[in-house]
Amino acid sequence: MLDHTPTQKTLVEVDGLKMYFPITAGLFRGKVGDVKAVDGVSFSIFEGETLGLVGESGCGKSTCGRALLRLYDVTAGSIRIGGVDIAKLSPDALRRMRPTMQMVFQDPQASLNPRMTVAGIIGEPLDEHTSLGRAEKLARIYELMDAVGLSRDFANRYPHAFSGGQRQRIGIARALALNPKFIVCDEPIAALDVSIQAQVVNLLEELQDRLGLTYLFISHDLSMVRHIADRVAVMYLGQIVELASREALYGSPKHPYTQALLSAVPEPNPEHEANRRRIILTGDVPSPANPPQGCNFCTRCPKVMDICRKVEPVSREIEPGRFVACHLYETTTTAEPTAATEASGKTRLSTNNPTTQQGV
Amino acid sequence: MPDGANAVLHVEGLKTVFKVRGGEVHAVNSVSFDLKPGELLGVVGESGSGKSVTMMSLLGLLPSPPAEVREGRVMFDGRDLLKCSPNELREVRGLGVGFIFQDPMTSLNPVFTVGFQIMEPLRRHLGMSKQAARKRAQELLELVNIPDAGQRLGDYPHQFSGGMRQRVMIAIALACDPKVLIADEPTTALDVTIQAQILELIRELRQKLGMAIVWITHDLGVIAGIADRVIVMYGGQIVEQAPVGELFAHPRHPYTRALLQTVPSVRGERAPKLNVIEGQPPMLTQTPSACPFRPRCAQAFDRCARENPARRAVGRGHDVACFWDFDSNGAVTATGSSADA
Repeated sequence: MLDHTPTQKTLVEVDGLKMYFPITAGLFRGKVGDVKAVDGVSFSIFEGETLGLVGESGCGKSTCGRALLRLYDVTAGSIRIGGVDIAKLSPDALRRMRPTMQMVFQDPQASLNPRMTVAGIIGEPLDEHTSLGRAEKLARIYELMDAVGLSRDFANRYPHAFSGGQRQRIGIARALALNPKFIVCDEPIAALDVSIQAQVVNLLEELQDRLGLTYLFISHDLSMVRHIADRVAVMYLGQIVELASREALYGSPKHPYTQALLSAVPEPNPEHEANRRRIILTGDVPSPANPPQGCNFCTRCPKVMDICRKVEPVSREIEPGRFVACHLYETTTTAEPTAATEASGKTRLSTNNPTTQQGV
Repeated sequence: MPDGANAVLHVEGLKTVFKVRGGEVHAVNSVSFDLKPGELLGVVGESGSGKSVTMMSLLGLLPSPPAEVREGRVMFDGRDLLKCSPNELREVRGLGVGFIFQDPMTSLNPVFTVGFQIMEPLRRHLGMSKQAARKRAQELLELVNIPDAGQRLGDYPHQFSGGMRQRVMIAIALACDPKVLIADEPTTALDVTIQAQILELIRELRQKLGMAIVWITHDLGVIAGIADRVIVMYGGQIVEQAPVGELFAHPRHPYTRALLQTVPSVRGERAPKLNVIEGQPPMLTQTPSACPFRPRCAQAFDRCARENPARRAVGRGHDVACFWDFDSNGAVTATGSSADA
C-alpha cells in the first residue's frame, strides 16, 4: 500500500532491546536466573505507518510494546523515538516525552478506573501535562469524544455503563488526548466480539489517516493484523524471527515458524479448509527462562538442521526490507539444496492462493 | 427443522431466563435443534447470544436461582432431561454426555492429580476398580496424544501447559465413552498453533470413536474446518441453520452474511476497509416480540418490528428466521412461508 521510498522518515528505532525479568529463589531472594521476555530485538517504525507485531501468548510481544514506552526499565538496548533515546532518559525528561507516546491497553474493563467519569478519564492526561482552563479542557474532551464516536451525553457516566467496544473507545480517546505521534496498541481488540472488533479497527484506521498517527499494533490475530498493518514483525520466544511488508509476509512467508503460524489460522471457507495442508507444530513453546541452545525454534521446527541446534541464527535482510532470522536463508554452501526444498515447499503452500482468489 | 427421528439429542422450545435485580434476562428463547448420531454440530454466535447458556441448560449446569429453565423438552436416551431428578442427571453427565469447558486453566481442580481427575468419572459411573481405572486413564491420555502418559497421571494440573490441560479435559470428557460430547469454546483460550493441534486431535477422535459433538465457538474459521452442520445464534435465538458448505456458500440471514463479511482473512483480496455491523447486540430483558437483529439490519422493514420471524425452511436442509428473501431481494410473501403457519 505505502511505497517504501528511502525518503520515509523513521520515527521509532529500536536496537538490541533486551528485557529480562529476574527469577529469585530461597530465603534471601537471591537471583537464580532470568526470564528472557525480550531478547535482542531490533526494528524501526516509519512515520505514519502501522507495524504489526504478532506472536503467540508468552512470546514477549506485550513486554516489547511496554518496554518501548519505558513502562519497564529495559535491561539493554536503545529505543529512539523522534531521535531521543528514551531508554536512558531521566525520569523528569521522560515525563516531558510522555505526551508524544501513548498506549491503548488490551482489557478495556481493567484499564479504566471504575470510580472516574468518562470526562475525568479522558481529561486526566490533560490535567497532568497541560494547563488548560476548565472550559477549554471540557471543549477538548468533547472534541475527543466526537473523534472516537462517543456521544457527548455520556461525559458524566461511569465506565460500567458502557459495553466493551465503547470502553475501548474511551481508552482510545484518552490515548489521543495529548496529540501523540506514536501509539502502542496492545491487543486492543482481543477482548471484543467479532462484530465490534471491526468497528474499533476502522476507528483506529480513520484516526491514523486524519491525525497522521504511527501505530505499533500488537495482536495474536493474524487476519486482523493483515488488515491493519503496513509491515509485520513475527515474534517467537523473545526474538523477531521475520519482519517484512504485509504483502510479502502473507504472500510468501519465509521463516518456518511464520509458515506454520499462517497455516494454522482457520479460514471461514469450508472447501478450502477440507483441502488445505496444514503444518501442525508438535509440542509447546519452550520456557523463556530456559530457551534452547541455538535457534529458539529448533525444538518445534519441521525443517530443523544440525546447525540450528548449535548456532543462533542472526536476522539478515534477504530482500530489500525483508528480515529473516533462519539458517535456511544464509548464503553458505548449503544454500543450494535448502533453496530447492524451500521452493518446492513454497509451491505446495501457495497452491491454495489462486483457488482462494477464485473462491472469493 | 427438528423432526426428532433418530436424533441422539432432541431439543424443543427451550427457554431459559435469568432473574436479575430489576427484571429478567431472557437468555435463551425457543431454541430447537437436533443432534444426529456421529455428526459435529457447530454453534456460532457472539458473546451473550445464548450459545453456552443453551448447552448448560440441557444438563442442568446452571445455578438456580438465578437461572430458570422455563419451557422446553430435551430428549436424550428416551427421557426428558429437564424432568430428571438431580441423581438421574448426575448419571447422564459424564456417562451419557461429556462436557469440555472453555478455560482449561480453571476447569481442572488444582489440588488433585490429573490421574485422579480422569479416574473419578470412571470409578463413579462405571464402578471400576482403582487398578482398572488407572489403566483406562493411561489409555485415555495416550488417546489424546500426551507423551509419557503413565508418568504424567501423577502430575498436577499446574505442571501442564494450556494445550496439554485442554487435552486432559478432553480425556476426562471422553472417559465413559459418551454418546454426545459438548465442547464449549474449547480452543478460544489457546494459541493458533495449539488450536490447530486440538482440532487435528478432534478430527482423529471422531474417526476412532464416532460420537456426536456439539462445538460452540465464535470463530467462523474453526467452524468451517470441522463442522458438518452449523447453527447461528443471535439474541438467544437460532437465526439460521444449515449444512456447513451451504451456510458459507449461501448465507440467508442478514446477520450471518454480515458476520462473514466482517471477518478479514489471511488469504485472498484485502479489503481497504472492514465491513462493520453497526450498533450493539440487544439487551434481552423480555421475550422478543420483534426480530432481535432489526436495529442493526440493513434489510429491516416494518414487519420485522411487528413480529418475531419464525424459522422457515429454504431447502437443502437449510432454514432461516428472517422475513427477507435474498433470492428475490424482497420480503417473503405470506404464502410458502412457514412463519404464518
